[in-house]
Amino acid sequence: MSRFKGVDFYAVDGLLDDEERMVRDSVREFVDEEFMPVVVEHHRAGTFPAELIPKMGELGFLGAGLRGYGCAGLNSVAYGLILQELERGDSGLRSFVSVQGALCMYPIHAYGSEAQKEKYLPAMARGECIGCFGLTEPDYGSNPGGMVTRAVEDGDSYVLNGVKMWITNGSVADLAVVWAKLGDEIRGFLVEKGTPGYSTKDVENKFSLRVSVTSELIFEDCRIPKENLLPGVSGLKGPLSCLTQARYGIAWGGIGAAMAVYEEALSYAGNRIQFSRPIAGYQLVQEKLVWMLNEITKAQLLAWRLGRLKDEGGMDFSQVSLAKRNNVWMALECARKARDILGANGITDEYHAGRHMCNLESVYTYEGTHDIHTLILGHKITGIPAYD
Amino acid sequence: MEILALVKRVPATDSKIKVAGDGKSIDPQGIEFVLNPYDEFAVEQALKTKEALGGTVTVLTVGGPESQKELRTCLAMGADKAVLMKHEGPELDAHALATVLAAKIEELHPDLVFCGRQAVDTDDAQVGQRLAALLGWSCLSDAGTFELSDGSWTGTRDIEGGKESVKGSLPAVITCNKGLNEPRYPNLKGIMMAKKKPLEECEVQGAENKETLVALTPPPARPEPAILGEGPEAVAVLMDKLKNEAKVL
Repeated sequence: MSRFKGVDFYAVDGLLDDEERMVRDSVREFVDEEFMPVVVEHHRAGTFPAELIPKMGELGFLGAGLRGYGCAGLNSVAYGLILQELERGDSGLRSFVSVQGALCMYPIHAYGSEAQKEKYLPAMARGECIGCFGLTEPDYGSNPGGMVTRAVEDGDSYVLNGVKMWITNGSVADLAVVWAKLGDEIRGFLVEKGTPGYSTKDVENKFSLRVSVTSELIFEDCRIPKENLLPGVSGLKGPLSCLTQARYGIAWGGIGAAMAVYEEALSYAGNRIQFSRPIAGYQLVQEKLVWMLNEITKAQLLAWRLGRLKDEGGMDFSQVSLAKRNNVWMALECARKARDILGANGITDEYHAGRHMCNLESVYTYEGTHDIHTLILGHKITGIPAYD
Repeated sequence: MEILALVKRVPATDSKIKVAGDGKSIDPQGIEFVLNPYDEFAVEQALKTKEALGGTVTVLTVGGPESQKELRTCLAMGADKAVLMKHEGPELDAHALATVLAAKIEELHPDLVFCGRQAVDTDDAQVGQRLAALLGWSCLSDAGTFELSDGSWTGTRDIEGGKESVKGSLPAVITCNKGLNEPRYPNLKGIMMAKKKPLEECEVQGAENKETLVALTPPPARPEPAILGEGPEAVAVLMDKLKNEAKVL
């Protein structure tokens, strides 16, 4: 088995401290030894390797950036490096960890009551309780504020009605963090699996993120106890703050996928002989490889700086938008170019580029589409929002 | 139970080794250094023993300041403390290394010492056994299994085509072979805790080599593959080569 060595043209390693490098190497080894041998079979079957969840919990991947409650308490760069390495394996693997940590554990950690934190966070860090995040609806994607899911107060309970769509981990989750309107205000609710009136339905036949479960969450007069309301936040900033955390991780994840396809394309181009020499010796192929290296290097520096800003407390959500937008775009372009270099071989699952390419189409769209991030940045620099 | 694991920083096994200009050392440029893979089994066995019986695990290496990285990896895996015996310049031979280790072990007086069966750089496979001899301790070399009970140990030694079952007394030196256990990954909390664990440094003193490394010679370059012919005509040429050159038919 060959070890993944990563791409480091600008000695970015020198910007990391010992712990950050050790975290990166530990996750890299896990992906090489535990995930890569099974990814193709899971991709074909359209299943998530659930058998790896306890190990990921034990190793501390889940909610790794949070402090206390059994979480590893890593800094932001180390946390980002985990997601980079996981997405080098597959965007579905990284999505699982992003949803668990940034979208479910983070809001409980930031906005939950002490009782909610004690009840859920340690079990979620161990991987014994899986979370999902219900924000998007069939008719409300880029405009989540228009959501129609409602919560109504009734005695000691809230009663939820509505549908959430494109929910990663939906049907496998033990706990859903659901955003719904209570009166006119968006609030977060914790809904446990098995609650009467709560059901899920998987999205089948996906081209993309096949190593990840995507579901629809359906709430029909779903009654939950009042203590399941997240007390600490109201309004759209609740879910948006979670998305900022997740998008931060995705900016790192994109680098991982891009490094995987670059390494594969570089190696293939060096071995594949056409006419008189390896195709790596032709100008058009070199241009593609250099484009990838160039973009990966820029993306690494963007992500590293963003991580340091996050830890210093100076990170703005629009800076996260820029990194998510750039790094996922460049990763998708790298995957397309890698598939191109691999020629016909690139359309089979014997090589990873095709899988990454299809996955990245999802990553390009979820967590704020590429275009929405453009508009967030446009709003930021002009002061004029291009959306209502 | 006081447990000591001996470790070494070595080039990763998939490194492309180049001999340096002096003809006697390797060029470290572009080489990734890692914890010796056999020493991972030693550290894992030390940690498992501690988890079963309590005690402390100390990891020790002889090397330059850069070896701190490998010691930190062991601390992240779960070792309690680390000792770096600083030594720069020509590598110590097996005798000198065993001698300085024995002196340090007299000072640390552990009940058990685990080490890898060999370091994958020099492939000497001598230090553990020499150490046991100098200390006058029992030794299980090439351990494929190992168990402790009531102050003595039982285990198996991997030998060509079979296993020897052995038992012995404590204190002991165990040289660990592949298959003894499945080394754990450093978990992330362990990595964060590693920097707070003690790492003691001391100087190697009075080491005297009895062997001198004269030269390193890389293996001869592989001959370029040749295409012997195409289609049915190639068969006769191939048969001839297999019979008369490779002599495998």
